Amino acid sequence: MTELGSIGKSVRRKEDYRFITGQGHYTDDINRPGQAHAYFLRSPHAFARIKSIDISAASAKPGVVAIYTGKDMAADKVGGLICGWTVKGKDGQPHKAPRHDAIAVECVRHVGDQVAVVIAETYAQAKDAAEAIEVDYEVLKPAIDLRDALKPGAPQVHADAPGNLCYDWDFGDKAATDAAFAKAAHVTRVELLNNRLSPNPMEPRSAVAEYDRGTDMTTVYVTSQNPHVLRLILCAFVFGLPEHKVRVVAPDVGGGFGSKIFNYPEETVAFWAARKLRRPVKWTSDRSEAFLTDAHGRDHYTIAHLAMDKDGKFLGLKVDTLANMGAYLSTFASAVPTYLYALLLAGQYTTPAIYAEVKAVFTNTAPVDAYRGAGRPEATYVVERIVEAAARELKLDPAELRRRNFIAADAFPYQTPVACVYDSGQYALTLSEAQKMIDYAGFPARKAASAKQGKLRGIGISCYIEACGIAPSAVVGSLGAGVGLWESAKIRFNPTGSVCVYTGSHSHGQGHETTFAQLVSDKLGVPIDQVEVVHGDTAQIPMGMGTYGSRSLAVGGSAISKAADKLIEKGKKIAAHLMEASPADVSYGNGVFSVAGTDKSVPMAAVAFTAYVPHNYPADLEPGFEETAFYDPANFTFPSGCHIAEVEIDPDTGITKIANWVAVDDFGNVINPMIVEGQVHGGIAQGVGQALLEGVVYDTESGQLLTGSFLDYTMPRADDLPSYNVAMTHTPCPHNPLGVKGCGEAGAIAAPAALMNAITDALGTEAIQMPATPLKVWQTIQSHKPALAAE
Amino acid sequence: MTQVSMTVNGKTVSRDVEPRTLLVQFLREHLGLTGTHVGCDTSQCGACVVHVDGRSVKSCTILAAMANGSQVTTIEGLANGDTLHPMQEAFRDNHALQCGFCTPGMIMSAVDLVNRNPNPSEETIRHELEGNICRCTGYHNIVKAVQAGAQAMK
Repeated sequence: MTELGSIGKSVRRKEDYRFITGQGHYTDDINRPGQAHAYFLRSPHAFARIKSIDISAASAKPGVVAIYTGKDMAADKVGGLICGWTVKGKDGQPHKAPRHDAIAVECVRHVGDQVAVVIAETYAQAKDAAEAIEVDYEVLKPAIDLRDALKPGAPQVHADAPGNLCYDWDFGDKAATDAAFAKAAHVTRVELLNNRLSPNPMEPRSAVAEYDRGTDMTTVYVTSQNPHVLRLILCAFVFGLPEHKVRVVAPDVGGGFGSKIFNYPEETVAFWAARKLRRPVKWTSDRSEAFLTDAHGRDHYTIAHLAMDKDGKFLGLKVDTLANMGAYLSTFASAVPTYLYALLLAGQYTTPAIYAEVKAVFTNTAPVDAYRGAGRPEATYVVERIVEAAARELKLDPAELRRRNFIAADAFPYQTPVACVYDSGQYALTLSEAQKMIDYAGFPARKAASAKQGKLRGIGISCYIEACGIAPSAVVGSLGAGVGLWESAKIRFNPTGSVCVYTGSHSHGQGHETTFAQLVSDKLGVPIDQVEVVHGDTAQIPMGMGTYGSRSLAVGGSAISKAADKLIEKGKKIAAHLMEASPADVSYGNGVFSVAGTDKSVPMAAVAFTAYVPHNYPADLEPGFEETAFYDPANFTFPSGCHIAEVEIDPDTGITKIANWVAVDDFGNVINPMIVEGQVHGGIAQGVGQALLEGVVYDTESGQLLTGSFLDYTMPRADDLPSYNVAMTHTPCPHNPLGVKGCGEAGAIAAPAALMNAITDALGTEAIQMPATPLKVWQTIQSHKPALAAE
Repeated sequence: MTQVSMTVNGKTVSRDVEPRTLLVQFLREHLGLTGTHVGCDTSQCGACVVHVDGRSVKSCTILAAMANGSQVTTIEGLANGDTLHPMQEAFRDNHALQCGFCTPGMIMSAVDLVNRNPNPSEETIRHELEGNICRCTGYHNIVKAVQAGAQAMK
């Protein structure tokens, strides 16, 4: 694997060897000398006042080192967990962000809320001792259902969030949208539930914290997608510690999907306890705890209206959404159903007037925050379901209705009515390519053939847009973000010519160690196997913002590209000196500096060596060959594409079989197609999971989690899913140096609408909500009696 | 405490453990073989699959004591020195892993699958891997890898 010019090639992943041989280093694999183990006693009630906690019997159990409650943390003046994005409501007031203690002090607000932590010599001893803690609760009636929680008289989750309202927010031009509806020839209405999901990365959350009194340094190894962001929150908001005395290491992380962006109570407690006890403290979640406490995703209830003229041209879109925040406002929770949602409601269309209202609601359930796509799947689901429903009402081919409303390929940059300026796209092209791949024209014959077998066949299109490459710092700052969303990179040549790349992005399955190495190899002319990508350790990498929002290549990769450009510029000066030429006459390409019109050349490795052994060197130039760059994007990137699902439903069982799935995605330029296709496969699987299988269910009376294990929560398994037919078009992003857009979330964004459009097509009714389980499909068939064959 | 002895990856090991110690805990915590992972607590996810006397077993479902006297192979013992097992190679060649957490269990299940069924169809592979959950890949490339691995194991 020494060839250069690997951009666009499916290079095998550099990181795989350690994973396929069992030598990955995940957080739970890390053990520190003298460590103690933490186990959390959790609330069995959705809502209760803690009257008293008696730890005396538990403290006497074997191996117990300490038992702490919320009062102990309060006594140490530990701050609450924060939300890092302040959304202002219609009234101009900031959202309600009630205090979120890492261990509950007076009230528990969801099943699984932390009540106490037991720290013992072994995990088993900690768990055993927790059983002996006596807690006297005054059980309260909880607010569980999203819509019920807003009703007058509903239980109040927080005294300082009246009516359980976190914010009442709107976006877009209400007057223009009302005017559009006033002149509409046709209005389509949909009512949609975007089901609540449990992210379930296969590696449960974990943290190992240790404190070195000699250096006053606290180190925490933790399952995080963004170690510097976590360090900033812990230092600046929770503990009031100087950042240079805290090191956060996110080693191999077994999937995140958003759920490992956030600052969670358990790692916070492990951090605090390790300092207090002066010994390492380790905590690892079990899956039951993960279901109870990992931030959930989605959970929207939406009514939307689409206004059209007599030809099906979209005139206006109105969207009214309730979004569940759970019991506490998680790290980025407020931004998900607002700026990551309503700003994408134009979809791929020229809809001139859009108005969205979003009420965020507290309930006695686990916190809800970003999950793969974060707001953008919810937006695509609204847009693509209502467009499909409109086509059916107008008796138009859904593909044709979309074509009448697409933003044209020559209309970019395109200003939507909801703030975004789309960078580039070819929406009609991705649709027509997908139609060809699935033989769209042949569908009626396939439907008739299915009908002969007594089966219901349906086809569904989803033309999605997403905003990735998150994000221009000034823009998100003006919208309430508490941080900038640039990214950093440092490239260090070693004297012997190999390269270390230090990136602020974090890989937890995305393959950065390979993709970034391809990028550096291509730019600097170093073989891929001579490039090491380092990430995840605040003590090694420059300050970085981490990985989420399909940002790593578009923002992190652009930072790497900039750092490489700086090295090339410095290299030109060194090479010019060695070749006794003017730097202005030196050109660079494929790892070689040369002087135009001569046969003089110097390879990159010789330049790097010279920079470290500067015996013959420009007098005014610093030695060393290492450059750091920060990249703040000029705009979001806007990947787009079209997925088409074809299903066959057995009306006797209600089982939906996916007969075919095609995806034509446009991520701009692509560095490693194999990795990109893998991201699409995984995204589709999560989208199919949402549409067919998955859903977090709480008992609406007691607030008990009914889907608290893999026995109860239906994860997509190999035999639930088809193989996928995946293709790409390439419309480069015009505003970043790589022309890339981001691919991590597309599948999860596109898939639910495609599948539900196919299922509702087969059933002949819109009246079914996700997940379309066999029972729900069967019940819908019983109540709507769909015709087998096309009319 | 109970004394447990077994052969793990060709080496005889013996430890005094609490009777309630699961095989996966024995491997991870007592032997330091952290390639075998724990992804759930209901024996559903398959991240902990190892081979016990040649058959795949979810090592969270049995006590270490129940494996007393057995031959155990974990992901760390699958390769022959520096030569990877064909199934390991197939997973790498087909991009059948992303975060890598489910991978050890997935590979151990796949090897056992092919040992029992040298020519598995896509349907058979999907059915057989029902007890191994992957959240990253959508299984598309895992199925391809198992097919390729099956060919290479011949």
